[in-house]
Amino acid sequence: MAVEASEHLNINVQGDRLRIGVAGAWTLTVAAGLDQRLRRVAGGAEGDADKQRARNVVIDAGGLTALDSAGAWVIGRTARSFQDAGAEISFEGLRDDFAALLNAAELGEPDVPIRPARVNPFVAVLAHAGEAVVSAALVGRDLLGFFGFTLVTIFGLLTFRRRLRGVAFINQIEATGLNAVPIVGLLCFLVGVVLAYMGALQLERFGAAILTVNLVGVSVLREIGVLLTAIIVAGRSGSAFTAQIGTMKVNQEVDAMETLGLSPIDVLVMPRLLALMVALPLLTFIGDILGLAGGALIAVMNLKMTISQFLTQLSLAVDFWDFGTGMIKAPIFAYVIALVGCHQGLKVSGSAESVGQRTTRSVVESIFIVIVLDAAFAVFFAELGI
Amino acid sequence: MSDTEAPAIRIRGLVNRFGDQVVHDGLDLDVRRGEVLGVVGGSGTGKSVLLRAIIGLQRPAAGEIELLGEPIVTGEGELATRKLQGRFGMMFQDGALFSSLTVAQNVQAPMREVGGISPVLMDELARLKIQMVGLPADAGAKYPSQLSGGMRKRASLARALALDPAVVFLDEPTAGLDPIGAANFDRLVSDLQRSLRLTVVMVTHDLDSLVAICDRIAVLVDQKILVDTMEALVTNPHPWIQDYFHGPRARAAFETARHASGRPA
Repeated sequence: MAVEASEHLNINVQGDRLRIGVAGAWTLTVAAGLDQRLRRVAGGAEGDADKQRARNVVIDAGGLTALDSAGAWVIGRTARSFQDAGAEISFEGLRDDFAALLNAAELGEPDVPIRPARVNPFVAVLAHAGEAVVSAALVGRDLLGFFGFTLVTIFGLLTFRRRLRGVAFINQIEATGLNAVPIVGLLCFLVGVVLAYMGALQLERFGAAILTVNLVGVSVLREIGVLLTAIIVAGRSGSAFTAQIGTMKVNQEVDAMETLGLSPIDVLVMPRLLALMVALPLLTFIGDILGLAGGALIAVMNLKMTISQFLTQLSLAVDFWDFGTGMIKAPIFAYVIALVGCHQGLKVSGSAESVGQRTTRSVVESIFIVIVLDAAFAVFFAELGI
Repeated sequence: MSDTEAPAIRIRGLVNRFGDQVVHDGLDLDVRRGEVLGVVGGSGTGKSVLLRAIIGLQRPAAGEIELLGEPIVTGEGELATRKLQGRFGMMFQDGALFSSLTVAQNVQAPMREVGGISPVLMDELARLKIQMVGLPADAGAKYPSQLSGGMRKRASLARALALDPAVVFLDEPTAGLDPIGAANFDRLVSDLQRSLRLTVVMVTHDLDSLVAICDRIAVLVDQKILVDTMEALVTNPHPWIQDYFHGPRARAAFETARHASGRPA
């Protein structure tokens, strides 16, 4: 009785004899197509009676023209599963090279899991939360340790016991400072424009449109100039620090440095940290000026003020400490951004994937710390009354 | 199949140059089906460039390349060898495994592209390939960063073999392996070559591998290629070839091979 007849597979049942004819090219796609079918035959899902009765199974491979390891695996697996069920199995017309492949395509340990073990999702969420808390604490501790390490190194530099890498330092000032001028300038200018525009709309209703100048002056100089610049720099240079140092770590360049007696802190971290402490205040200054310029543009265009009126009102509105509080924060933010960027870079391990993860973390962490510090400064300056 | 008669690889008049530095100048090469060809040459003679040109990663300045009877015209954009997908496999020097996937997923990546293979069968096939290349069975669940260098090479070979290619390219397969690991790898390549009837092209500097498993050897000299058996090459008068096959390391390799073949199996 023919159970199945196709180009590649031909199954005949006669009493307790099962004849499986395989023919044509048994390569991956054919094998994949017939895999389910053979699984059912071997598993007895076609009717357990057939399987029970099949005491004698013949695999007729006379028509086989090509075989690859996928085909060999599917045929071999079928044969073995009949064997395990106690049937007598024999091959007919099997070419020698195909027989060798059938033997090669056998699994020593068929049931070893090849996927990472799955866990209960509830447990996974709980474990993930716990790990996140612990790792946040550990990152905090590590970062504090790294902070101390850099302070000691800076002290060493100040007392001439260590040497600053001059070329790297200048290079980093160019990369993090000079090259960032256009984007920082443009964004601060635009924010200045927006601030003045929105402020003017609201303040005009009280007939106090002139106070727009106070609004722009104080907020740009105290907060927006430095905060916006710090956030741009964190995204631009903090991430670059992590990626650069991280890639060097993956290529074992950092290890090579250590063996040559070079300290990665001296060679990689210090030039970046000090360069950013120079670059960020300069960028902040540029940001402040362009933010005010944006405000001035709107004052001239929408409020019909002249430039000299704007400047007079500005000099009444702000004093030195409005500018000073902004500028004091800049090197501190720079320190935080470089510290986090370099720290995450040095924490990269093994793979390229880890560089990506660390870079993301570096940007998120540095922006987070910058904003938290900014809030602390706001309270601090308010208490001081400046 | 129409291409059964054509040589596995046929190269005519290949020219590769970078700026004004000519790497290959009118290079001809035929690789027969089912042979193991070793490619040797000094540093900078363009062994890797040759490999990259054959698989279509590098656009040659001139010349024709046929892989399994199909011309490789390296155009812009899409890899020209895409239509030969699954017909050849490449093992890169450092493995080039996808680091975000497990070893099993790496092996399954080319199978997924084929489509129509049930997940159960894919798992079985991945398990099969992983054990074929001599990796411990539980390596499938691991990520590349958790493996040693030698294991990564084996995993990379498993991925190259995923679709049962006709031709396999190996770039320095034994570099960075200890002598035992290298000898095992040689045996593995030779076993797989026989049971899967592969054509193997391997760039190698390992004289032991050359002696042990290569049917013919291609030497890159003077921007051309010279293909012959080991016995014939040893007597070739070209100075570089003389240096290469008569240095102390070469002598040691021949010595070992003679002992090995003299000993009753």
